[in-house]
Amino acid sequence: MTTATGTTRATGAVGTARTRIEGLDKVTGAARYAGEVPFAGLAHGWVVVSTVARGRVRSIDDAPVREMPGVLAVLHHGNAPRLQEGFVGTLGPDPVAEIFQRDRVPHVGWPVALVVAETSEQAREAAETLVVEYDTEPHDVAFDPRHPDRYTPEATVQGPAVTEKGDLEAELAASTVVVDELYTTPEQHHNAMEPHAAMARWDGGRLEVVDTSQGTMMTATDLAALFQLDPESVHVRSEHIGGGFGSKGWLRAHNVLAVMAATVVGRPVRVVLTRRQVFSLTGYRSPTAQRVRLGADAEGRLRALDHDGVSLTSTLTEFVEATGGYGRAMYEAEALRTANHVVRLDVPTPTFMRAPGEAPGSFALESALDELAEKCGLDPIELRARNEPAVGPVTGLPFADRELLTCFREGARRFNWEGRDPRPGVRRDGRWLLGTGTAAATFPAGVAPSTAAVTAEADGTFTVRINAADVGTGARTALAQVAADALGADLDRIRVRIGDSDLGQAWLSGGSMGTRSWSWAVMAAAAELRERLALSAELPPEGITVRSDTTEAVGALAERERHSYGAQFAEVAVDVNTGEVRVRRMLGIFAAGRIVNPLTARSQFVGGMTWGLSMALHEEAIRDRVSGGLANGDLAGYHFAANADVPVIEADWVHDPDPDDPVGIKGIGEIGIVGAAAAIANAVRHATGVRHRALPIRPDRVLAAAGAVPEGTTRA
Amino acid sequence: MREFGYQRAHDVAGAVALLDAAPDARFLGGGTNLVDLMKTGVERPALLVDVTELPLDGIGVTADGALHIGATVTNSDLAAHPEVRRRYPALAQAVLAGASGQLRNMATVGGNLLQRTRCGYFADTARPCNKRTPGSGCSALDGIHRNHAILGASAHCVATHPSDMAVALAAFDAVVSYETASGTGELAWADFYLPVGDTPHRETALPPGALITGITLPPAPVAAHSRYRKIRERASYAFAIGSAAAALDVRDGVVHEVRLAFGAVASRPWRAREAERALTGGPATAAAFAAAADAELAAAEPLPDNGYKVPLLRNVTVVLLTELATGTGPVERTEPTEGAKR
Repeated sequence: MTTATGTTRATGAVGTARTRIEGLDKVTGAARYAGEVPFAGLAHGWVVVSTVARGRVRSIDDAPVREMPGVLAVLHHGNAPRLQEGFVGTLGPDPVAEIFQRDRVPHVGWPVALVVAETSEQAREAAETLVVEYDTEPHDVAFDPRHPDRYTPEATVQGPAVTEKGDLEAELAASTVVVDELYTTPEQHHNAMEPHAAMARWDGGRLEVVDTSQGTMMTATDLAALFQLDPESVHVRSEHIGGGFGSKGWLRAHNVLAVMAATVVGRPVRVVLTRRQVFSLTGYRSPTAQRVRLGADAEGRLRALDHDGVSLTSTLTEFVEATGGYGRAMYEAEALRTANHVVRLDVPTPTFMRAPGEAPGSFALESALDELAEKCGLDPIELRARNEPAVGPVTGLPFADRELLTCFREGARRFNWEGRDPRPGVRRDGRWLLGTGTAAATFPAGVAPSTAAVTAEADGTFTVRINAADVGTGARTALAQVAADALGADLDRIRVRIGDSDLGQAWLSGGSMGTRSWSWAVMAAAAELRERLALSAELPPEGITVRSDTTEAVGALAERERHSYGAQFAEVAVDVNTGEVRVRRMLGIFAAGRIVNPLTARSQFVGGMTWGLSMALHEEAIRDRVSGGLANGDLAGYHFAANADVPVIEADWVHDPDPDDPVGIKGIGEIGIVGAAAAIANAVRHATGVRHRALPIRPDRVLAAAGAVPEGTTRA
Repeated sequence: MREFGYQRAHDVAGAVALLDAAPDARFLGGGTNLVDLMKTGVERPALLVDVTELPLDGIGVTADGALHIGATVTNSDLAAHPEVRRRYPALAQAVLAGASGQLRNMATVGGNLLQRTRCGYFADTARPCNKRTPGSGCSALDGIHRNHAILGASAHCVATHPSDMAVALAAFDAVVSYETASGTGELAWADFYLPVGDTPHRETALPPGALITGITLPPAPVAAHSRYRKIRERASYAFAIGSAAAALDVRDGVVHEVRLAFGAVASRPWRAREAERALTGGPATAAAFAAAADAELAAAEPLPDNGYKVPLLRNVTVVLLTELATGTGPVERTEPTEGAKR
């Protein structure tokens, strides 16, 4: 297998590094986000959230607040318009969207009122003055994998809750080497730079919403259902998005309340969440506890693989952080079991967060494989090579392509992995112990039907219309590159219109499926347009437009195991006297199909790896058991990696062709974070001889692991 | 946001007169802490008196060889001043270990001394906190307190003082000068911060309405041989989970003079006088350093989740004093030059 790292052979625009089309607008501030698009007569809503974790709103004393300067309305469950009861959104039933419909308080930070005023400052002052009284009930927010109420869901969004193959217990009993450990990850938050915001107004009988949405069609469809409107009458725009990571697509307080308030006061209303409100109202990654059991023969071949994960959800609805799914198509084993369980607590509702399931799931399984390699006396890469499956271990389907070992080989070469001394705790640089670690990564390569329209304009330019979302990753630019090649036109002749529900149905920016799904539709329309243009002598004034719909083509794709792969490498320095861990370098080599824009693709890989570093060492939302709220629900308390924590991070990719696939593009939004935390934890083990199975690897945990902290003085 | 008044003072007498006339007023320095607290509703002053243009921005050596630092000197200017770097290097290092370049360009010396704790419960107005709302209770005692105090705390409050700068000042016996409507005054460092007791909301011995006008560092030759070490949960832009400022003068293998202060362990910078006593006149060995740290930390009363601070401070003490005694272990790049270049 040859590699094409860093040298994707480009014959057109695809494969060449391009800065973002809207880059200048963004860095000069000309690009407007949902919270700052100006509107005449705009009123401002400020959300009031609950301070108790479970109970009922007894009273809301809104009369004095209505008299405050500039106040236009105070909305709450006692006076709010009725929404569709039992609302079912695009992704299923979603009681979280049913705001102000009942007095029940399901968690700290639940919306209990909205104050609408002439200015944001007036709304805020009135909101902070509003007295809300509660009848409280005892709450339970403590995540415990052995919680008596834990249950196994019927399914998860990402597939069945449980898969089983072979006789697990028999294979474990027959194994020469066994690893049986519990791995935990804490509650983590997306913290997109742009907080959730929406503006809504009624204009000529249509509801117009400017939102920050990863999928305007989903937002429009769901708003129509929730407010019982004609779907045609709802128009959602989302031109620029300051990061989403899975948290921006749902109907949540910002967009629901903007629409509700605009309807009540008959004026445009904007609702912007505060950072603290983002922590409780827009979803997060559940904490997880994962038991991994591996059994292998003396040569390191897996006889048994059991990955059993527990996560939490709210009392409102079920969302499962499906950690158990990570290992379903990764390694060959005689017996293979993966399972996901969940426990309902009085906490906000978790949601998709970058690599849902895979990010925490890979930490557990890829750490466990490292433990197995050490027990077997095998190099961790060799262990993985010995357990390469020929077909999908659970499905039996052939792999469309699987370049995991290519990634490892290329990564090992560039990281100087060969000749690595496997002994832990023997390398030192001054006060620092040094170590290296590696881990695999994978993410499904999915695709979904989309529609697109491509117009050959009379002036010789082209307009591409597709309801894609650019969450900041450069989707607009990537689609222009794809269109340029499909049309055989220069990039500067392509105009791309995205982020508008009036453009029609297209997949949202999620599941690492955006670029692939949208490109397919754009290529289909462009190819047909090119044929039409070849036959046309002259263009009519309105140009020629060709529309595509990939429903049929996507449905005809042969069933295969389709995934992206990666190999993560990290070198760390650990001072066991102070507990400090510093990552010195990281390398990620990925097999992710055809890379459209090396510049922005590298940013996404490096961004994901940086988040993996942050997950390994820093990120942790800490829930206060007494109040039920977060003890660190702001950016002063919720630490993610600072610049000084992030070393030189290299990301590159190998040639990864899928002969069956007409597009050849895979998603790259999520795989960068997968496996990164495990590579760092494995490196910490190599540096210190101590295995950390609980994230983040904090100084106090490193000190405790070094035996420095007296027993009983550090909980959890 | 509640409306508030704003006035810029042009001389010290005018500034203190303004505050004297409006009890619900606060002095505004760089605003790097006060404005944040106003945004979250923890502080709701009726009037801000901006003191940043007062003529208190000088650093100079006094006739008796002390170093006087004006209250409105920015953290950046303090850390960059040649006399500070030469005579009190731990002070320059401590300042540079705090916050970010942008914040240090705004933050003032006077404001740094008076910054409030970063206890998450103090910042969350929905939760009980004796420091914010006297008598409401302490949420941290039975709550999240991994980064809270192990020394000198009380059943009423276990918050820590967040300043790095003040830890070095504690080691160097700084004297705080202030002015009120009725005249000027001075507070010795040991008297400046009050014990927690049952009044955690009362943090300093400054009289009501007092404006800090400057600090004075007495001459201390030992301070020229000093260092600051800060441990935090990420490499930059985080408050300490444990820190130490140390100065050491070893003659013929014997500790002639030593200064040691801890940060992030108490409601105020913690001068480690027990450790200093244990070391003075004794051998400058790692074993002696460890024993001295143990002597200081014997009084520690860790909570269920912050026991790690005891070995952390012990280890940092040993490493720091060993480095000073042996002249090894260069100060690391990420600490003093943070923000300057990345």
